[in-house]
Amino acid sequence: MDRRNTIKTLLVGTLGGAAVVGVGGCKTEPTDGSAIEAGVSTEGLYGRTPEELLRDERLNKEVYFNEAELGTIAILCDIILPATPTAGSATAAKVPEFIEFIVKDLPYHQLPIRGGLMWLNSESNRRYEKVFSELSEAEQVSIVDDIAYPDEDGKFPERAPGMAFFNLLRNLTLTGYYTTRMGFDDLGYQGNFPNVWDGVPAEVLKDHDVDYDPEWLAKCVNQEKRMDTAKWDDEGNLLT
Amino acid sequence: MQIKKSTKEYDAIIVGSGAGGGMAADVLSKAGLKVAVVEAGPFFDPKDPVTMTQMKWPWESPRRGASTTRAFGDYDMSYGDWEVDGEPYTQSEGTKFMWWRSRMLGGRTNHWGRISLRFGPDDFKHRDIDGLGENWPITYEELKPYYDKLDKQVGVFGSKEGLRNDPDGFFLPAPKPRLHELYYIKGAKKAGVSAIPSRLSILTKKLNDDRGVCFYCRQCSRSCRVYADFSSSSVFIIPGVDGGRIDLYVNSMVRTVTTNDEGLATGVSYINKEDRMEYELKGKTVVLGASACSSARILLNSKSKQHPNGLGNSSDVVGRYLHDSTGAGRSAFIPALMDRKLYNEDGVGGLHVYSPWWLDNKKLDFPRGYHIEQWGGLGMPAYGFGFDVSGMNKYIGGAVGGYGDKLRKDVKKFFGATIGMAGRGESIAKRENRCEIDPTTVDQFGIPVLKFTYQWSDYEILQAKHMQDTFEEIIDGMGGIAFGDKPTKEQNYGLLAPGQIIHEVGTTRMGNDPKQFVTNKYCQLHDAKNVFIVDAGPFTSQADKNCTWTIMALAMRTSEYIVSELKKQNI
Repeated sequence: MDRRNTIKTLLVGTLGGAAVVGVGGCKTEPTDGSAIEAGVSTEGLYGRTPEELLRDERLNKEVYFNEAELGTIAILCDIILPATPTAGSATAAKVPEFIEFIVKDLPYHQLPIRGGLMWLNSESNRRYEKVFSELSEAEQVSIVDDIAYPDEDGKFPERAPGMAFFNLLRNLTLTGYYTTRMGFDDLGYQGNFPNVWDGVPAEVLKDHDVDYDPEWLAKCVNQEKRMDTAKWDDEGNLLT
Repeated sequence: MQIKKSTKEYDAIIVGSGAGGGMAADVLSKAGLKVAVVEAGPFFDPKDPVTMTQMKWPWESPRRGASTTRAFGDYDMSYGDWEVDGEPYTQSEGTKFMWWRSRMLGGRTNHWGRISLRFGPDDFKHRDIDGLGENWPITYEELKPYYDKLDKQVGVFGSKEGLRNDPDGFFLPAPKPRLHELYYIKGAKKAGVSAIPSRLSILTKKLNDDRGVCFYCRQCSRSCRVYADFSSSSVFIIPGVDGGRIDLYVNSMVRTVTTNDEGLATGVSYINKEDRMEYELKGKTVVLGASACSSARILLNSKSKQHPNGLGNSSDVVGRYLHDSTGAGRSAFIPALMDRKLYNEDGVGGLHVYSPWWLDNKKLDFPRGYHIEQWGGLGMPAYGFGFDVSGMNKYIGGAVGGYGDKLRKDVKKFFGATIGMAGRGESIAKRENRCEIDPTTVDQFGIPVLKFTYQWSDYEILQAKHMQDTFEEIIDGMGGIAFGDKPTKEQNYGLLAPGQIIHEVGTTRMGNDPKQFVTNKYCQLHDAKNVFIVDAGPFTSQADKNCTWTIMALAMRTSEYIVSELKKQNI
């Protein structure tokens, strides 16, 4: 079993048997992106092993929530994160689709959400004789307001299941939203780009009562010389 | 099923391609030896776009990076974690040992924290100080030239501090601290805890023409496409295979070391995972670098007339004295870090600042030290981001709960306002803490599996107590508010399960007396002179340091010894 065969196996596995080109030849390629050069798309692969890809395929074929359940989830997601003048809503960020996937991926979420949706419809029927999705917005919000905040004095023990459910859905909505491009833009997240780290920007530092110690900075990298090959004297002092 | 035997004879068969196996392959093959590397997992190259996770966004994963199939999340570059499909291990009653295995070229070095700390003079002779455990048969001075070469060859950033038991080396320059790290430094100082630049094998400056320089994405755990961090795959094995120096066997699970009538090794037998057939390779020497526990397993499974108790195990010490680093942690909310201005502060993967052990155990109620790692900052959101974020309001008298604009504000207010600390300490090796063969259980390849027996003692528990007290002092010093309740005595002060820190060592410990030690000071089996161990098995004792840099320095020394002994025809 040499490396070429391993890679071939991996490619076949990842691409579901699609024709693999450019993987023949000497046994040490491809190490340098030749899969891309050879026209093999890595779109959507996100670095999975063949076993992981098979698992994803299986999950994607499964359906957990029915349409009515997904509809109610969507309403709740958009109450949790409605659109703002600068950012889209949770449904615009496809949060319900994320929730459908994650309950198949982490099945311990299934029952709390399915059961929670039923609790919500029971409460809705009790108050208004309609299921939650058929309520007016004001009616929906009136129920949400009763389960979106902690019951610190223990006045409403009967609402506890609703609170636990809403808390879970709020968590999954936040995670589903803030792990999208839309969420990153709303947050103002700046990372995950190649850069040269050269310390906390001065305009940030001035807002804090901490600062760089000159003695410490003297030990740090001079980024102007980062591409000069390192050389040391015999005592380990960096010369370059 | 007939065993397929190769007629080719190697000078050295190296089992495992991680830190130790990689270094051995590099030294032995560059010395002109015919070298085979046998790896249980698949081929892996950090720059292969098919398997790459570096620079991926969370939305490229349908689970947003959740740890469903990989314990450290979708983008962590380890195939296998504390569980490997089809390869179980068992426990004695009352034991909860967690055994991490990375089944891939480069092993755990593809995802490790790159924390690269030399052991100090005391770490090799700690019995002389407190009467516990055993001294190593070598000194820091004997290993120092190898650490020096290693620093220059593989690269490690750090700073010259002149600390006696945390020796300096040939360092690349350190990256500047991030904002939360400046708070950590301030808090540590107030608590009387020293803080210095961390020491990680990441190239902050050009080292050679074969490897790139860090572009600061904070994702070393995903393995670096420009080889700016150390992975055995990218730095040792792939250049060796490309250069025609190394024959690489992947997806090949070694079952036993084969031996002859004189009790010497003749090679290895392995299962090819593709065709599930058994093969044999012949070698003049066998170099085990499969990891402390995997190498012990191979030895214990290699029984013969000459080695009825397992190869190298006439002492009954193989698998014993297994010990992991201790670990405990605490995290805190730092109000001064609320409502931060955002910028790219990714930095290198892991910490820019750490605290080496700063006290004298003679004045304490536990014998060995620990270092503190810290984390925090503007990390990339992934699965779990935003969970219970509005609950943070209770620390500032704000309203907990809600939805809509209020919730969006909470997310932004608290982003990057958390700092965590993790203590990593030295435990005392005990004869009873061990892995052994479970005769009743086999893995999917028919190979008998390991059974673990492990209990912490008061030495480790009292150390964890001290960690917790220190964490609270540092949190106070940062003006922070600790999350949750302080772990109690009943909770062993938050001491994590053995194996959880993934620094397991000691299973083939080195020493001069063949009755008490498995290997001699060259990591050579007392019972079979052509078998060597280059993983952390030969560690006589752990230190309050991570083990990888010492694994590699020892592997280099052992490999040079193998070359010299082969030349002299002593083996």
